[in-house]
Amino acid sequence: MTLYPMDAPAQGPTRDLPRLMSAAPILSMTGINRRFGTVVALQDVSATVYPGEVLGIVGESGSGKSTLLRMMNLEDSPDSGDYRLAIPGSAGNLFDLDRYARRMLCARHIGIVYQNPHLGLLMENSSSGNVAERLLIAGERRFSVLRSRAREALDASEFPLERMDARPVELSGGMQQRVQLAKAIALEPALLLLDEPTTGLDVSVQALVLDTLKRLQRDRAITMVLVSHDLGVIRTMADRVMVMRKGRVVEEGLADQIFQDPQHPYTQALVHAKL
Amino acid sequence: MTALGELTRPWQAMSYGFLDPSAKRELRRAMLKAVAVPGCQIPYASREVPMARGWGTGGLQVTLTLVNPGSVVKVIDQGADDSVNAVSIRQFVEKVTGARGTWDTQEATILQSRHRIPEERLREDQILVLQVPNPEPLRPVQPNMSVARQMHADADYGRLWLVLYEQIVRSGRIMQGASYPAMVNDRHVMTPSPIPRWDLPKLNMARHLTLLSAGREKRIFAVPPFTRVEPLAFADIPFRVEDHASLVCHRSGVTGFFMNEIPQAGGDSRHELSDSHFGIKAIRRAEGEAVEIGATWYRNGAMS
Repeated sequence: MTLYPMDAPAQGPTRDLPRLMSAAPILSMTGINRRFGTVVALQDVSATVYPGEVLGIVGESGSGKSTLLRMMNLEDSPDSGDYRLAIPGSAGNLFDLDRYARRMLCARHIGIVYQNPHLGLLMENSSSGNVAERLLIAGERRFSVLRSRAREALDASEFPLERMDARPVELSGGMQQRVQLAKAIALEPALLLLDEPTTGLDVSVQALVLDTLKRLQRDRAITMVLVSHDLGVIRTMADRVMVMRKGRVVEEGLADQIFQDPQHPYTQALVHAKL
Repeated sequence: MTALGELTRPWQAMSYGFLDPSAKRELRRAMLKAVAVPGCQIPYASREVPMARGWGTGGLQVTLTLVNPGSVVKVIDQGADDSVNAVSIRQFVEKVTGARGTWDTQEATILQSRHRIPEERLREDQILVLQVPNPEPLRPVQPNMSVARQMHADADYGRLWLVLYEQIVRSGRIMQGASYPAMVNDRHVMTPSPIPRWDLPKLNMARHLTLLSAGREKRIFAVPPFTRVEPLAFADIPFRVEDHASLVCHRSGVTGFFMNEIPQAGGDSRHELSDSHFGIKAIRRAEGEAVEIGATWYRNGAMS
Protein backbone atom coordinates (compact mmCIF):
# COMPACT_ATOMS: atom_id res chain seq x y z
CA MET A 1 0.00 0.00 0.00
CA THR A 2 1.60 3.20 -1.13
CA LEU A 3 -0.46 5.18 1.34
CA TYR A 4 1.76 3.94 4.13
CA PRO A 5 5.29 4.15 2.81
CA MET A 6 6.70 2.76 5.99
CA ASP A 7 4.54 -0.31 5.55
CA ALA A 8 5.74 -0.78 2.05
CA PRO A 9 8.50 -3.34 2.55
CA ALA A 10 6.83 -6.70 2.45
CA GLN A 11 7.32 -7.99 5.95
CA GLY A 12 4.94 -10.89 5.64
CA PRO A 13 1.83 -11.36 7.74
CA THR A 14 3.41 -10.11 10.94
CA ARG A 15 2.10 -6.56 10.33
CA ASP A 16 -1.57 -6.22 11.00
CA LEU A 17 -3.34 -4.15 8.38
CA PRO A 18 -6.20 -1.90 9.53
CA ARG A 19 -9.39 -3.90 9.51
CA LEU A 20 -11.15 -2.25 6.63
CA MET A 21 -8.30 -0.89 4.62
CA SER A 22 -9.45 -2.95 1.69
CA ALA A 23 -12.69 -0.93 1.58
CA ALA A 24 -12.90 2.43 -0.15
CA PRO A 25 -12.03 5.33 2.17
CA ILE A 26 -14.95 7.14 3.78
CA LEU A 27 -13.02 10.37 4.08
CA SER A 28 -10.31 11.61 1.80
CA MET A 29 -8.65 14.97 2.04
CA THR A 30 -5.88 15.96 -0.31
CA GLY A 31 -3.58 18.94 -0.52
CA ILE A 32 -5.17 21.09 2.16
CA ASN A 33 -3.49 24.48 2.55
CA ARG A 34 -4.61 27.12 4.97
CA ARG A 35 -2.98 30.36 6.00
CA PHE A 36 -4.13 32.81 8.64
CA GLY A 37 -2.36 35.99 7.55
CA THR A 38 1.30 35.08 7.59
CA VAL A 39 0.80 32.01 9.77
CA VAL A 40 0.73 28.76 7.87
CA ALA A 41 -1.82 26.61 9.69
CA LEU A 42 -1.91 23.71 7.28
CA GLN A 43 0.51 22.95 4.49
CA ASP A 44 -0.30 20.30 1.91
CA VAL A 45 -2.07 18.06 4.41
CA SER A 46 -3.72 14.91 3.17
CA ALA A 47 -5.71 12.46 5.22
CA THR A 48 -7.62 9.28 4.52
CA VAL A 49 -10.01 7.51 6.84
CA TYR A 50 -11.45 4.07 6.16
CA PRO A 51 -14.85 2.90 7.32
CA GLY A 52 -14.94 1.67 10.90
CA GLU A 53 -11.45 2.81 11.86
CA VAL A 54 -10.25 5.39 14.36
CA LEU A 55 -7.72 7.88 13.07
CA GLY A 56 -5.80 9.63 15.80
CA ILE A 57 -4.29 13.02 15.09
CA VAL A 58 -1.57 14.01 17.51
CA GLY A 59 0.61 17.05 17.73
CA GLU A 60 1.57 19.96 19.92
CA SER A 61 -0.54 23.07 20.37
CA GLY A 62 -0.55 25.10 17.18
CA SER A 63 0.36 22.17 14.97
CA GLY A 64 -2.87 22.59 12.97
CA LYS A 65 -4.71 19.54 14.24
CA SER A 66 -7.76 21.46 15.41
CA THR A 67 -7.80 23.53 12.22
CA LEU A 68 -7.80 20.28 10.28
CA LEU A 69 -10.71 18.99 12.35
CA ARG A 70 -12.62 22.21 11.74
CA MET A 71 -12.10 21.65 8.03
CA MET A 72 -13.44 18.12 8.37
CA ASN A 73 -16.53 19.58 10.09
CA LEU A 74 -16.82 22.13 7.25
CA GLU A 75 -16.63 25.00 9.74
CA ASP A 76 -13.75 26.53 7.80
CA SER A 77 -12.58 26.44 4.20
CA PRO A 78 -8.96 26.00 3.12
CA ASP A 79 -7.13 28.21 0.66
CA SER A 80 -6.87 25.15 -1.54
CA GLY A 81 -7.59 21.50 -1.17
CA ASP A 82 -10.06 18.75 -1.85
CA TYR A 83 -12.36 17.01 0.63
CA ARG A 84 -14.65 14.12 -0.16
CA LEU A 85 -16.87 11.96 1.97
CA ALA A 86 -18.25 8.66 0.76
CA ILE A 87 -21.84 9.32 1.78
CA PRO A 88 -25.00 8.92 -0.25
CA GLY A 89 -25.79 11.86 -2.50
CA SER A 90 -22.43 13.52 -2.12
CA ALA A 91 -20.04 13.91 -5.01
CA GLY A 92 -17.23 16.34 -5.61
CA ASN A 93 -15.32 18.63 -3.35
CA LEU A 94 -17.28 19.39 -0.18
CA PHE A 95 -15.56 22.77 0.13
CA ASP A 96 -17.47 23.83 -3.00
CA LEU A 97 -20.78 23.48 -1.18
CA ASP A 98 -22.65 26.58 -0.07
CA ARG A 99 -23.46 27.36 3.55
CA TYR A 100 -26.87 25.70 3.46
CA ALA A 101 -25.65 22.46 1.88
CA ARG A 102 -22.75 22.32 4.33
CA ARG A 103 -25.05 22.73 7.28
CA MET A 104 -27.40 19.99 6.11
CA LEU A 105 -24.52 17.66 5.37
CA CYS A 106 -22.92 18.28 8.76
CA ALA A 107 -26.20 17.79 10.59
CA ARG A 108 -26.91 14.49 8.90
CA HIS A 109 -23.54 12.89 8.37
CA ILE A 110 -20.96 14.39 10.72
CA GLY A 111 -21.01 14.33 14.50
CA ILE A 112 -18.57 16.34 16.55
CA VAL A 113 -17.58 16.41 20.20
CA TYR A 114 -15.68 19.52 21.27
CA GLN A 115 -13.24 19.84 24.11
CA ASN A 116 -15.29 22.74 25.45
CA PRO A 117 -18.90 21.61 25.94
CA HIS A 118 -20.03 25.25 25.65
CA LEU A 119 -19.19 25.05 21.93
CA GLY A 120 -21.28 21.98 21.31
CA LEU A 121 -24.18 22.32 23.72
CA LEU A 122 -27.00 24.74 24.44
CA MET A 123 -26.35 25.12 28.13
CA GLU A 124 -29.79 26.42 29.08
CA ASN A 125 -31.70 23.70 27.26
CA SER A 126 -32.29 20.23 28.64
CA SER A 127 -29.83 17.47 27.82
CA SER A 128 -32.46 15.56 25.86
CA GLY A 129 -33.33 18.81 24.08
CA ASN A 130 -29.72 19.16 23.00
CA VAL A 131 -29.89 15.75 21.38
CA ALA A 132 -33.33 16.52 19.93
CA GLU A 133 -31.95 19.65 18.28
CA ARG A 134 -29.89 17.50 15.96
CA LEU A 135 -33.01 15.59 14.93
CA LEU A 136 -34.98 18.83 14.53
CA ILE A 137 -32.37 20.22 12.14
CA ALA A 138 -32.73 17.04 10.13
CA GLY A 139 -36.47 17.74 9.92
CA GLU A 140 -38.03 15.48 12.57
CA ARG A 141 -41.27 17.06 13.80
CA ARG A 142 -42.85 14.35 15.98
CA PHE A 143 -42.43 14.93 19.68
CA SER A 144 -42.65 11.26 20.65
CA VAL A 145 -39.97 10.30 18.12
CA LEU A 146 -37.69 13.13 19.28
CA ARG A 147 -38.12 11.96 22.83
CA SER A 148 -37.46 8.28 22.20
CA ARG A 149 -34.50 8.86 19.92
CA ALA A 150 -32.94 11.31 22.36
CA ARG A 151 -33.37 8.68 25.06
CA GLU A 152 -31.74 6.01 22.87
CA ALA A 153 -28.77 8.20 22.00
CA LEU A 154 -28.23 9.24 25.62
CA ASP A 155 -28.49 5.62 26.67
CA ALA A 156 -25.94 4.58 24.05
CA SER A 157 -23.50 7.14 25.40
CA GLU A 158 -24.10 5.76 28.92
CA PHE A 159 -25.74 8.89 30.23
CA PRO A 160 -27.94 8.30 33.31
CA LEU A 161 -31.44 8.53 31.87
CA GLU A 162 -33.06 9.85 35.05
CA ARG A 163 -31.16 13.08 34.36
CA MET A 164 -32.00 13.35 30.69
CA ASP A 165 -33.98 16.57 31.23
CA ALA A 166 -31.33 18.26 33.37
CA ARG A 167 -29.59 21.25 31.85
CA PRO A 168 -25.95 20.69 30.90
CA VAL A 169 -24.88 23.53 33.22
CA GLU A 170 -26.04 21.37 36.11
CA LEU A 171 -23.97 18.40 34.96
CA SER A 172 -20.37 17.39 35.59
CA GLY A 173 -17.75 17.68 32.86
CA GLY A 174 -17.86 13.97 32.07
CA MET A 175 -21.65 14.05 31.78
CA GLN A 176 -21.50 17.07 29.51
CA GLN A 177 -19.16 15.17 27.21
CA ARG A 178 -21.63 12.28 27.18
CA VAL A 179 -24.42 14.66 26.16
CA GLN A 180 -22.21 15.97 23.37
CA LEU A 181 -21.49 12.41 22.33
CA ALA A 182 -25.20 11.51 22.35
CA LYS A 183 -25.94 14.56 20.24
CA ALA A 184 -23.16 13.61 17.83
CA ILE A 185 -24.32 10.02 17.35
CA ALA A 186 -28.08 10.70 17.39
CA LEU A 187 -28.34 10.58 13.61
CA GLU A 188 -25.81 7.75 13.25
CA PRO A 189 -23.27 9.88 11.42
CA ALA A 190 -20.88 8.53 8.82
CA LEU A 191 -18.07 10.31 10.61
CA LEU A 192 -17.56 11.18 14.26
CA LEU A 193 -15.05 13.92 15.02
CA LEU A 194 -13.61 14.14 18.51
CA ASP A 195 -11.67 17.27 19.39
CA GLU A 196 -9.80 16.53 22.61
CA PRO A 197 -12.93 14.91 24.05
CA THR A 198 -11.37 14.02 27.39
CA THR A 199 -9.01 16.93 27.96
CA GLY A 200 -9.87 18.66 31.20
CA LEU A 201 -11.53 15.64 32.74
CA ASP A 202 -9.90 13.90 35.67
CA VAL A 203 -8.21 10.61 34.94
CA SER A 204 -10.94 8.31 36.24
CA VAL A 205 -13.72 10.14 34.37
CA GLN A 206 -11.49 10.26 31.33
CA ALA A 207 -11.16 6.49 31.48
CA LEU A 208 -14.94 6.09 31.71
CA VAL A 209 -15.59 8.37 28.73
CA LEU A 210 -12.92 6.57 26.70
CA ASP A 211 -14.54 3.31 27.70
CA THR A 212 -17.85 4.50 26.32
CA LEU A 213 -16.21 5.67 23.12
CA LYS A 214 -14.43 2.36 22.73
CA ARG A 215 -17.63 0.40 23.28
CA LEU A 216 -19.55 2.58 20.82
CA GLN A 217 -16.82 2.10 18.31
CA ARG A 218 -16.91 -1.65 18.78
CA ASP A 219 -20.70 -1.98 18.74
CA ARG A 220 -21.52 0.40 15.92
CA ALA A 221 -18.26 0.45 13.98
CA ILE A 222 -18.40 4.24 13.89
CA THR A 223 -15.65 5.88 11.91
CA MET A 224 -13.86 8.34 14.17
CA VAL A 225 -11.25 11.01 13.87
CA LEU A 226 -9.76 11.75 17.26
CA VAL A 227 -7.63 14.79 17.90
CA SER A 228 -5.60 14.85 21.08
CA HIS A 229 -2.29 15.93 22.44
CA ASP A 230 -2.51 13.09 24.96
CA LEU A 231 -0.65 10.07 23.60
CA GLY A 232 -2.33 7.81 26.16
CA VAL A 233 -5.76 8.65 24.73
CA ILE A 234 -4.54 8.15 21.19
CA ARG A 235 -2.93 4.86 22.10
CA THR A 236 -6.12 3.59 23.73
CA MET A 237 -8.42 4.59 20.91
CA ALA A 238 -6.68 4.90 17.58
CA ASP A 239 -6.04 2.28 14.93
CA ARG A 240 -3.97 4.65 12.91
CA VAL A 241 -2.07 7.77 13.90
CA MET A 242 -1.13 10.94 12.10
CA VAL A 243 1.54 13.09 13.72
CA MET A 244 1.36 16.80 12.92
CA ARG A 245 3.86 19.55 13.46
CA LYS A 246 3.79 23.15 12.26
CA GLY A 247 0.93 22.49 9.88
CA ARG A 248 2.43 19.43 8.23
CA VAL A 249 1.95 15.73 8.64
CA VAL A 250 5.35 14.48 9.72
CA GLU A 251 4.51 10.85 10.21
CA GLU A 252 1.58 8.54 9.61
CA GLY A 253 1.10 4.89 10.33
CA LEU A 254 -0.46 2.21 12.48
CA ALA A 255 -0.78 3.17 16.11
CA ASP A 256 1.40 0.37 17.42
CA GLN A 257 4.04 1.08 14.84
CA ILE A 258 4.14 4.78 15.63
CA PHE A 259 4.47 4.17 19.32
CA GLN A 260 6.94 1.28 19.09
CA ASP A 261 9.04 2.47 16.23
CA PRO A 262 8.74 6.20 15.63
CA GLN A 263 10.68 7.35 12.59
CA HIS A 264 10.52 11.13 12.64
CA PRO A 265 12.67 12.87 15.23
CA TYR A 266 9.68 14.84 16.47
CA THR A 267 7.60 11.69 16.93
CA GLN A 268 10.50 10.07 18.73
CA ALA A 269 10.75 12.98 21.10
CA LEU A 270 7.00 12.94 21.63
CA VAL A 271 6.84 9.22 22.36
CA HIS A 272 9.84 9.31 24.64
CA ALA A 273 8.55 12.33 26.51
CA LYS A 274 5.43 10.36 27.22
CA LEU A 275 6.87 7.01 28.08
CA MET B 1 -44.37 69.17 -23.07
CA THR B 2 -45.35 69.21 -19.44
CA ALA B 3 -43.60 71.59 -17.15
CA LEU B 4 -42.28 69.95 -14.04
CA GLY B 5 -44.21 72.41 -11.88
CA GLU B 6 -47.51 71.17 -13.25
CA LEU B 7 -46.84 67.71 -11.85
CA THR B 8 -46.25 68.87 -8.31
CA ARG B 9 -48.77 70.02 -5.78
CA PRO B 10 -48.74 73.60 -4.56
CA TRP B 11 -46.57 74.25 -1.54
CA GLN B 12 -48.16 73.52 1.82
CA ALA B 13 -46.95 74.21 5.31
CA MET B 14 -47.66 70.63 6.36
CA SER B 15 -47.60 67.29 4.57
CA TYR B 16 -50.86 65.38 4.59
CA GLY B 17 -50.97 62.75 7.30
CA PHE B 18 -48.07 64.12 9.35
CA LEU B 19 -45.30 62.10 7.67
CA ASP B 20 -43.30 63.73 4.90
CA PRO B 21 -43.84 62.35 1.38
CA SER B 22 -40.46 60.63 1.17
CA ALA B 23 -41.09 58.79 4.43
CA LYS B 24 -44.45 57.61 3.13
CA ARG B 25 -42.97 56.56 -0.18
CA GLU B 26 -40.30 54.56 1.60
CA LEU B 27 -42.89 52.89 3.82
CA ARG B 28 -45.07 52.04 0.82
CA ARG B 29 -42.10 50.42 -0.88
CA ALA B 30 -41.35 48.43 2.27
CA MET B 31 -45.00 47.40 2.52
CA LEU B 32 -45.07 46.26 -1.11
CA LYS B 33 -41.98 44.16 -0.52
CA ALA B 34 -43.51 42.76 2.66
CA VAL B 35 -46.66 41.78 0.79
CA ALA B 36 -44.60 40.25 -2.00
CA VAL B 37 -42.66 38.03 0.43
CA PRO B 38 -45.19 37.11 3.12
CA GLY B 39 -43.75 36.94 6.61
CA CYS B 40 -40.32 38.24 5.61
CA GLN B 41 -39.08 41.16 7.67
CA ILE B 42 -38.36 44.21 5.52
CA PRO B 43 -36.24 46.98 7.05
CA TYR B 44 -37.43 50.58 6.89
CA ALA B 45 -36.21 53.87 8.28
CA SER B 46 -38.90 54.42 10.95
CA ARG B 47 -39.41 58.17 11.32
CA GLU B 48 -40.05 60.10 14.48
CA VAL B 49 -43.70 60.46 15.42
CA PRO B 50 -44.92 62.39 18.46
CA MET B 51 -44.98 59.29 20.59
CA ALA B 52 -42.32 57.28 22.36
CA ARG B 53 -40.84 54.25 20.63
CA GLY B 54 -42.52 51.15 21.93
CA TRP B 55 -45.97 52.75 22.12
CA GLY B 56 -47.06 51.82 18.64
CA THR B 57 -44.89 54.06 16.48
CA GLY B 58 -44.50 51.32 13.88
CA GLY B 59 -48.23 50.81 13.59
CA LEU B 60 -48.87 54.55 13.58
CA GLN B 61 -46.47 55.12 10.68
CA VAL B 62 -48.18 52.42 8.63
CA THR B 63 -51.61 53.87 9.47
CA LEU B 64 -50.50 57.40 8.55
CA THR B 65 -49.15 56.11 5.24
CA LEU B 66 -52.30 54.17 4.33
CA VAL B 67 -54.86 56.69 5.53
CA ASN B 68 -56.85 59.08 3.32
CA PRO B 69 -59.62 61.54 4.18
CA GLY B 70 -62.24 58.87 3.43
CA SER B 71 -60.72 56.30 5.80
CA VAL B 72 -62.42 55.14 8.96
CA VAL B 73 -59.87 54.32 11.64
CA LYS B 74 -60.26 52.03 14.64
CA VAL B 75 -57.48 51.77 17.20
CA ILE B 76 -57.41 48.84 19.60
CA ASP B 77 -55.28 48.57 22.71
CA GLN B 78 -55.53 45.18 24.44
CA GLY B 79 -58.97 44.74 22.87
CA ALA B 80 -60.25 48.12 24.11
CA ASP B 81 -61.04 51.26 22.10
CA ASP B 82 -61.22 53.54 25.11
CA SER B 83 -57.84 53.10 26.78
CA VAL B 84 -55.53 56.12 26.90
CA ASN B 85 -53.17 54.82 24.24
CA ALA B 86 -55.94 53.86 21.84
CA VAL B 87 -57.76 57.17 22.29
CA SER B 88 -54.68 59.31 21.81
CA ILE B 89 -53.51 57.47 18.69
CA ARG B 90 -57.00 57.63 17.17
CA GLN B 91 -57.35 61.33 17.97
CA PHE B 92 -53.95 62.05 16.51
CA VAL B 93 -54.82 60.27 13.26
CA GLU B 94 -58.16 62.09 13.08
CA LYS B 95 -56.48 65.43 13.67
CA VAL B 96 -53.69 65.17 11.08
CA THR B 97 -55.64 63.37 8.34
CA GLY B 98 -59.27 64.32 8.63
CA ALA B 99 -60.17 60.64 8.65
CA ARG B 100 -63.04 59.56 10.87
CA GLY B 101 -62.44 57.49 13.99
CA THR B 102 -64.69 54.64 15.05
CA TRP B 103 -65.04 51.90 17.63
CA ASP B 104 -66.93 49.62 15.30
CA THR B 105 -64.94 46.84 13.62
CA GLN B 106 -67.52 46.56 10.83
CA GLU B 107 -67.26 50.22 9.93
CA ALA B 108 -63.48 50.62 10.03
CA THR B 109 -61.28 50.50 6.94
CA ILE B 110 -57.98 50.64 8.84
CA LEU B 111 -57.66 48.89 12.19
CA GLN B 112 -54.52 49.55 14.16
CA SER B 113 -54.19 47.11 17.01
CA ARG B 114 -52.01 46.09 19.87
CA HIS B 115 -52.47 42.59 21.35
CA ARG B 116 -55.80 41.63 19.74
CA ILE B 117 -57.49 40.90 16.45
CA PRO B 118 -61.23 41.77 16.65
CA GLU B 119 -63.67 38.90 17.13
CA GLU B 120 -65.72 39.95 14.11
CA ARG B 121 -64.39 38.74 10.77
CA LEU B 122 -62.50 41.27 8.70
CA ARG B 123 -63.31 41.81 5.04
CA GLU B 124 -61.27 42.26 1.87
CA ASP B 125 -61.62 46.03 2.09
CA GLN B 126 -60.17 46.27 5.59
CA ILE B 127 -56.52 46.47 6.59
CA LEU B 128 -55.28 45.31 9.96
CA VAL B 129 -52.15 47.07 11.25
CA LEU B 130 -50.49 45.31 14.15
CA GLN B 131 -47.99 47.03 16.43
CA VAL B 132 -45.03 44.74 17.00
CA PRO B 133 -42.55 45.21 19.84
CA ASN B 134 -40.14 42.47 18.71
CA PRO B 135 -40.37 41.31 15.10
CA GLU B 136 -37.67 38.64 15.32
CA PRO B 137 -38.99 35.17 16.20
CA LEU B 138 -35.43 33.85 16.42
CA ARG B 139 -34.29 36.37 19.02
CA PRO B 140 -34.88 34.04 21.99
CA VAL B 141 -32.72 31.36 20.37
CA GLN B 142 -30.19 33.46 18.47
CA PRO B 143 -29.17 36.79 19.98
CA ASN B 144 -26.92 37.58 17.01
CA MET B 145 -29.22 39.22 14.46
CA SER B 146 -26.81 38.69 11.55
CA VAL B 147 -26.89 34.97 12.21
CA ALA B 148 -30.66 35.10 12.69
CA ARG B 149 -31.02 36.61 9.21
CA GLN B 150 -28.93 33.77 7.79
CA MET B 151 -31.19 31.32 9.60
CA HIS B 152 -34.23 32.95 7.96
CA ALA B 153 -32.50 32.69 4.60
CA ASP B 154 -31.84 28.98 5.20
CA ALA B 155 -35.32 28.40 6.69
CA ASP B 156 -33.38 27.02 9.66
CA TYR B 157 -36.15 27.03 12.24
CA GLY B 158 -35.34 23.82 14.17
CA ARG B 159 -34.42 25.82 17.26
CA LEU B 160 -37.95 27.21 17.51
CA TRP B 161 -39.32 23.69 17.76
CA LEU B 162 -36.66 23.07 20.38
CA VAL B 163 -38.21 25.88 22.45
CA LEU B 164 -41.56 24.08 22.24
CA TYR B 165 -39.86 20.77 23.08
CA GLU B 166 -38.37 22.30 26.21
CA GLN B 167 -41.73 23.71 27.28
CA ILE B 168 -43.41 20.32 26.93
CA VAL B 169 -40.57 18.58 28.78
CA ARG B 170 -40.59 21.09 31.63
CA SER B 171 -44.29 21.86 31.96
CA GLY B 172 -46.09 19.08 30.17
CA ARG B 173 -47.62 21.44 27.66
CA ILE B 174 -46.73 24.33 25.38
CA MET B 175 -46.46 27.43 27.57
CA GLN B 176 -46.02 30.05 24.85
CA GLY B 177 -49.01 32.35 25.29
CA ALA B 178 -48.57 35.43 23.13
CA SER B 179 -46.33 36.00 20.11
CA TYR B 180 -46.68 32.36 19.16
CA PRO B 181 -44.39 31.78 16.17
CA ALA B 182 -46.16 30.89 12.95
CA MET B 183 -45.01 29.73 9.54
CA VAL B 184 -46.25 32.09 6.83
CA ASN B 185 -46.79 30.79 3.31
CA ASP B 186 -44.66 27.70 4.12
CA ARG B 187 -41.51 29.79 4.07
CA HIS B 188 -40.90 32.44 6.74
CA VAL B 189 -41.56 32.08 10.44
CA MET B 190 -42.93 35.28 11.91
CA THR B 191 -43.83 36.40 15.38
CA PRO B 192 -47.34 37.78 15.06
CA SER B 193 -46.89 40.52 17.69
CA PRO B 194 -48.20 39.79 21.19
CA ILE B 195 -51.63 38.59 20.08
CA PRO B 196 -52.85 35.60 22.09
CA ARG B 197 -52.82 32.11 20.56
CA TRP B 198 -56.60 32.58 20.24
CA ASP B 199 -56.12 35.17 17.48
CA LEU B 200 -53.51 33.31 15.46
CA PRO B 201 -55.90 31.06 13.48
CA LYS B 202 -57.72 34.23 12.38
CA LEU B 203 -54.73 35.13 10.20
CA ASN B 204 -54.78 31.84 8.30
CA MET B 205 -56.32 32.33 4.83
CA ALA B 206 -57.86 35.58 6.03
CA ARG B 207 -59.65 37.88 3.60
CA HIS B 208 -57.98 41.02 4.89
CA LEU B 209 -54.42 42.31 4.57
CA THR B 210 -52.41 42.32 7.79
CA LEU B 211 -49.38 44.59 8.11
CA LEU B 212 -47.12 44.16 11.11
CA SER B 213 -44.77 47.00 11.89
CA ALA B 214 -42.11 47.43 14.55
CA GLY B 215 -41.14 51.11 14.89
CA ARG B 216 -38.30 50.67 17.33
CA GLU B 217 -36.82 47.67 15.52
CA LYS B 218 -37.49 49.25 12.10
CA ARG B 219 -38.97 46.15 10.51
CA ILE B 220 -42.20 45.62 8.61
CA PHE B 221 -43.77 42.35 7.50
CA ALA B 222 -47.13 41.31 6.16
CA VAL B 223 -49.68 38.56 5.83
CA PRO B 224 -51.43 39.17 2.52
CA PRO B 225 -55.02 37.99 2.03
CA PHE B 226 -55.51 34.25 1.55
CA THR B 227 -52.08 33.29 2.84
CA ARG B 228 -51.43 30.20 4.92
CA VAL B 229 -50.38 30.99 8.50
CA GLU B 230 -49.57 27.84 10.44
CA PRO B 231 -48.61 27.95 14.11
CA LEU B 232 -45.51 25.87 14.80
CA ALA B 233 -46.49 22.59 16.43
CA PHE B 234 -45.33 19.01 16.62
CA ALA B 235 -46.93 16.52 14.26
CA ASP B 236 -48.23 14.51 17.22
CA ILE B 237 -49.08 17.43 19.56
CA PRO B 238 -51.52 19.79 17.85
CA PHE B 239 -51.63 23.55 18.34
CA ARG B 240 -54.30 24.62 20.84
CA VAL B 241 -55.82 28.00 21.55
CA GLU B 242 -56.56 29.18 25.09
CA ASP B 243 -59.34 27.34 26.96
CA HIS B 244 -61.74 30.26 26.82
CA ALA B 245 -64.59 28.52 25.02
CA SER B 246 -66.62 27.92 28.17
CA LEU B 247 -65.98 31.28 29.89
CA VAL B 248 -68.92 33.65 30.24
CA CYS B 249 -68.65 37.43 30.04
CA HIS B 250 -70.08 38.79 33.30
CA ARG B 251 -71.28 41.99 31.64
CA SER B 252 -72.83 40.77 28.40
CA GLY B 253 -73.44 37.10 29.18
CA VAL B 254 -71.73 36.18 25.91
CA THR B 255 -69.73 32.97 25.84
CA GLY B 256 -67.21 31.41 23.47
CA PHE B 257 -64.78 34.29 22.92
CA PHE B 258 -61.45 35.47 24.30
CA MET B 259 -61.94 36.92 27.78
CA ASN B 260 -60.03 39.17 30.15
CA GLU B 261 -59.77 37.80 33.66
CA ILE B 262 -60.76 40.27 36.36
CA PRO B 263 -59.61 39.18 39.80
CA GLN B 264 -62.18 39.76 42.54
CA ALA B 265 -61.68 40.74 46.17
CA GLY B 266 -62.78 37.30 47.33
CA GLY B 267 -59.94 35.59 45.47
CA ASP B 268 -62.06 34.28 42.61
CA SER B 269 -62.25 35.98 39.26
CA ARG B 270 -64.77 37.08 36.72
CA HIS B 271 -64.35 37.35 32.99
CA GLU B 272 -65.30 39.93 30.44
CA LEU B 273 -65.00 40.06 26.68
CA SER B 274 -61.55 41.27 25.67
CA ASP B 275 -62.91 42.83 22.47
CA SER B 276 -64.65 45.71 24.23
CA HIS B 277 -66.79 47.08 21.42
CA PHE B 278 -67.96 43.59 20.50
CA GLY B 279 -69.11 43.33 24.13
CA ILE B 280 -70.85 46.71 23.95
CA LYS B 281 -72.71 45.66 20.83
CA ALA B 282 -73.76 42.39 22.47
CA ILE B 283 -75.15 44.27 25.49
CA ARG B 284 -77.01 46.76 23.34
CA ARG B 285 -78.53 44.00 21.28
CA ALA B 286 -79.57 42.15 24.44
CA GLU B 287 -81.28 45.36 25.55
CA GLY B 288 -83.35 45.32 22.37
CA GLU B 289 -81.46 47.75 20.15
CA ALA B 290 -81.10 46.86 16.50
CA VAL B 291 -77.34 46.45 16.46
CA GLU B 292 -75.60 44.74 13.62
CA ILE B 293 -72.96 42.30 14.76
CA GLY B 294 -70.78 40.86 12.00
CA ALA B 295 -69.95 37.20 11.54
CA THR B 296 -67.32 36.10 14.03
CA TRP B 297 -64.21 33.98 13.44
CA TYR B 298 -65.13 31.74 16.34
CA ARG B 299 -68.55 30.15 16.79
CA ASN B 300 -69.46 28.43 20.05
CA GLY B 301 -65.83 28.68 21.11
CA ALA B 302 -64.44 26.91 18.05
CA MET B 303 -62.81 28.37 14.96
CA SER B 304 -65.29 28.24 12.12
